[in-house]
Amino acid sequence: MSAMVDIKGVHKSFGDLEVLKGVDLEVRAGTVTVILGPSGSGKSTLLRSINHLEKVDRGLIKIDGQLMGYKRRGDKLYELREREILHQRSQVGFVFQNFNLFGHLTALQNVVEAPVAAQRRKRSEVEPLARELLERVGVGDKADVYPRQLSGGQQQRVAIARALALKPKVLLFDEPTSALDPELVGEVLDVIKELARDGSTMVVVTHEVGFAREVADTVVFIDGGVIVESGPPHQVLDNPVHERTRAFISKVL
Amino acid sequence: MSTTSLTSEQDTADPPPSARLADADLPVIARRHPWRWVGVAVVLVLLAMFVHGLATNPGWDWPTFFQFFTTKTIFSALWVTIQLTVYGTVLGFALGAVVATMRLSSSPFLQVVAWGYIWAFRSIPLIVQLLFWFNIAYLYQELSLGIPFGPEFVHFSTNNLFGPLGAAVLGLALHQAAYAAEIIRGGIISVDAGQTEAAAALGIPKLRQFFRIVLPQAMRSILPNGANEVISLFKGTSIVSVMAIPELFYQVQVIYGRNSRVVPLLMVATVWYIVMTTILSVVQFYVERHFARGTARSLPPTPIQRVRSGWGELKARAIR
Repeated sequence: MSAMVDIKGVHKSFGDLEVLKGVDLEVRAGTVTVILGPSGSGKSTLLRSINHLEKVDRGLIKIDGQLMGYKRRGDKLYELREREILHQRSQVGFVFQNFNLFGHLTALQNVVEAPVAAQRRKRSEVEPLARELLERVGVGDKADVYPRQLSGGQQQRVAIARALALKPKVLLFDEPTSALDPELVGEVLDVIKELARDGSTMVVVTHEVGFAREVADTVVFIDGGVIVESGPPHQVLDNPVHERTRAFISKVL
Repeated sequence: MSTTSLTSEQDTADPPPSARLADADLPVIARRHPWRWVGVAVVLVLLAMFVHGLATNPGWDWPTFFQFFTTKTIFSALWVTIQLTVYGTVLGFALGAVVATMRLSSSPFLQVVAWGYIWAFRSIPLIVQLLFWFNIAYLYQELSLGIPFGPEFVHFSTNNLFGPLGAAVLGLALHQAAYAAEIIRGGIISVDAGQTEAAAALGIPKLRQFFRIVLPQAMRSILPNGANEVISLFKGTSIVSVMAIPELFYQVQVIYGRNSRVVPLLMVATVWYIVMTTILSVVQFYVERHFARGTARSLPPTPIQRVRSGWGELKARAIR
């Protein structure tokens, strides 16, 4: 199986601070990759650069063989126009830490918006699909409710339905449970696990080591802007090779 | 007198607590707010004195007021004022929206142009700007379209291009746009950056990100300031009286210049300004309510709903 997400030599600085110092990562189709690491290690930046929310300084990112943000013509890379980048992004689902649901739209309108606006599908055709998605993440009865009337866990599940509505090739999760009350974490993780079982390709940044152990095909540990080590969960979590990994895991467990 | 006060004191004195009733079974007596009633009384007295003064002081000269309040001259002057407000608001906010998006764009060129526009039109006093437009024919007798420093194709006489009303609208709109731009920009930057980011991540096109996602949420903070601007523009139109445009304030001045009844005629203008501002405020309330969708668990009741429920409560109490 070829790589669904292919990250090569990615560097990114914010001012003087170099956040990513050369990251290479391959995510095979249908697998779940969990990225662990201390805060400030660059894991969120890496995730955000996958769908070009963050423009990298050096290095390339391909999704399903397609270069993100650039077009190759001859031996030169040309920056894509905003419109083309937006089109590329609509193939990648992104779930934010703070949900970022559109507050003035109902749950259903939140889910329907992108397929209609970005993929030009008919509203009448998207709506039943959107209701189905809300049902699938367990908030089918909340379709006509505004985000502020929902709990954090429900909001995040609507956000997942919104990302799924584009039928993305890859789903990216940026600490999807970090803004939730402890008793609501489980319901969101259950939805993500369900998606993993259905064979979605996913990259998840999280602090939930238990979730990583259960769901991940690959666990990646990032620290100081580089991948310190990666491998199957039992290897990285239970028998880490590097001292830094061991120190981090002993702290979060 | 003394006996009645004695009995009433006996009535209000606490009866001995009955041992049989538990706390949970006791009736609850709502808290009293005696100072509220004192405040209401004071305000009512002051209001009565004011109204009494209005009615009895011959200086107000109500017969003259009513003689002019609904005359055709005043109505057509009011119409000019409304037109100036509507054109000034629509053009001002349309241009202001363009300037605001320019200032927020990623292009340094557009940013500088927008900043320069706002700087220029906030720096020049409105009245000076209006007088400039009014006297434009003195500076430039003709405008022409053509190649800069090259041949010209079409000529206009500036006097024909905009009459006094056109000059006034132009001046008001250009001035208003500078302020509207900053109000709109303020509203847009008050929307959480995560909203744009989420829209971008979903691949929603740029224009739609703005009109469908950001602007409706920005409207909440644009509206109160925007309504302020519309109302202040409405009354501010009186400034174009310097251009001898027959709007409300100018027309009133003309009439009291003739009959020297200054106070009643100023009251004619004042009452019309109050009436129109009241209408605008009511419109503002309902427009704001519309854009409050999703911000609270349930929208607060409208004043009419509140009066209705208050009335219902009173009735229920009376029946009891």
